[in-house]
Amino acid sequence: MSDIPSELKFARSHEWLKQLPDGLAEIGISDHAQHALGDLVFVELPEIGRALGAGESCAVVESVKAASDVYAPVAGTVVAVNDQLRHTPELINRDPYGGGWLLRLRPEVPGAEAGLMSASEYGVLAAQG
Amino acid sequence: MPFIPHTEQDVREMLAVIGAPSIEALFDEIPASLRVASLPDVPVGLSEFEIMQLMSARARQDGQPLCFIGAGAYEHHIPAAVWSTVTRGEFYSAYTPYQAEASQGTLQTIYEYQTMMASLTGMQVSNASLYDGATAVAEAVLMAVRANRRSKSARILMPRNLHPHYRAVALASAGNQGVKFEELPYERGSGHTSIEALAPFAGQDFTALVIAQPNFFGVFEEVDALTDFAHAHGALVIAVVNPTSLALLKPPGQWGQKGANIVVGEGQPFGCPLSSGGPYFGFMCTRMEHVRQMPGRIVGRTVDLDGRPGFTLTLQAREQHIRRAKATSNICTNQGLLMMAGTIYMSLMGAEGLERVAALSMTRTEQLARALTAIAGVRRVFARANFHEIVLALDRPVAPVLAALRARGIEGGLDLSDYFPELGCALLVCATETKTTADIDTYARAMSEVLPAARAA
Repeated sequence: MSDIPSELKFARSHEWLKQLPDGLAEIGISDHAQHALGDLVFVELPEIGRALGAGESCAVVESVKAASDVYAPVAGTVVAVNDQLRHTPELINRDPYGGGWLLRLRPEVPGAEAGLMSASEYGVLAAQG
Repeated sequence: MPFIPHTEQDVREMLAVIGAPSIEALFDEIPASLRVASLPDVPVGLSEFEIMQLMSARARQDGQPLCFIGAGAYEHHIPAAVWSTVTRGEFYSAYTPYQAEASQGTLQTIYEYQTMMASLTGMQVSNASLYDGATAVAEAVLMAVRANRRSKSARILMPRNLHPHYRAVALASAGNQGVKFEELPYERGSGHTSIEALAPFAGQDFTALVIAQPNFFGVFEEVDALTDFAHAHGALVIAVVNPTSLALLKPPGQWGQKGANIVVGEGQPFGCPLSSGGPYFGFMCTRMEHVRQMPGRIVGRTVDLDGRPGFTLTLQAREQHIRRAKATSNICTNQGLLMMAGTIYMSLMGAEGLERVAALSMTRTEQLARALTAIAGVRRVFARANFHEIVLALDRPVAPVLAALRARGIEGGLDLSDYFPELGCALLVCATETKTTADIDTYARAMSEVLPAARAA
């Protein structure tokens, strides 16, 4: 059973979103997703300042057996990326909800994350594989 | 025994499982108007004996002319060991290995190829080869657009003196994927792309600059200044090089302050016969920082569970079988047989042998240019140093002159009037190390006979 923190929101494409106190949204991939991908060897991150639409591809995570796009769960502008992943992509495997975060967005519409899945809803999806 | 081992029974059973009445029915999706009922112009198959007769007759028609055409494919001496090794059963396949890791010998050869190409170009990594020089340029353009994320324009500066076929293929391939090409003019007196040709783009966003060294006219470019201009504008540099010339020239990895970003070219000069235009192989090298945007296969060295060294395909997440529609390219194979010939050629020649081939080819071309320009009505077009090819101007249309030379058993060069009409009656000639002083004399004598005759006619 994978780890699904209850305070996070989730997208069907297995990204999580954490609402930060300063109004920013932190994005990463779920424990379920990192487990399915296997050992990550490379992460491609977006440029700071890039405007993303909801559902737009914004990063690529590559493991020894697969490469997957990561989609922006909500629309917004990229304000920060996790540079540590460039040299230590395995942080995503070790700590998907902490040190393995991918990027931070300034959401275009405050509260847009309300349209995402709750942890319990995502738990049902993840359990289905 | 049928070549495809499906019996009538197998076919019936498979159709029953998927519920299709016939194999024909599987093609229903294609509109009838697009389908061809029969191919009357395709003749029936011939037996081995018949095909040998036919092809021998055609080969006799071609004859064995003394060839002074270069223009992207070059006649070099190929040591006999090259093709006797390539055609060994262990290597004799046109294709990239399937069950790759079971073919350790093939993988090791590709690894050696990559190592030699990276060393020759001054780059950090090479792929396992591409189809040919033209497609390698097209792939390099697409790669540059992916790799240069700072540039938003997908705009490529491409010199007019790059091989016209390479320009056409890049345009056909990348031009339909949103890439815009800007043509850079060359200096009429010298044939090279001067830094002034770039001035209109100063301060603008462009994604990459293509530099041909030597260019299609055989002329050397100011690669350092061009490279630095591109990098100062946040653009990448795509070097298109003749691999033989790299034995004498500074490798693209050392161009300007930072070196070229992607190096591509035609591998044919390394061990591949002219054979009427192909098959050849393309090469592509780059720096590690761009490797994930590189198309094609890459072989790496590793260790197995017991710590023994071995070879494996690596960085495969770039490729179609993993990335599907988002792969770096639809080319995820390599030109296995020709690359093998190139590898063995490089191993046999060594750095010194390659240097001698390059230097002698340059000398022969200069000798040829002197012999031909001594004839009234022939002059040099460009006053700038060149590699083993040179543009000459005739005092009359080139095609009839070439036809007259052909009647004397000489392929006298490439008529440039279709490709570069602005040059008038221009002829591109090449002499590699395979042309002796006697061959050059033969050509010059024939030319001096042909020119007055053509004037009279």
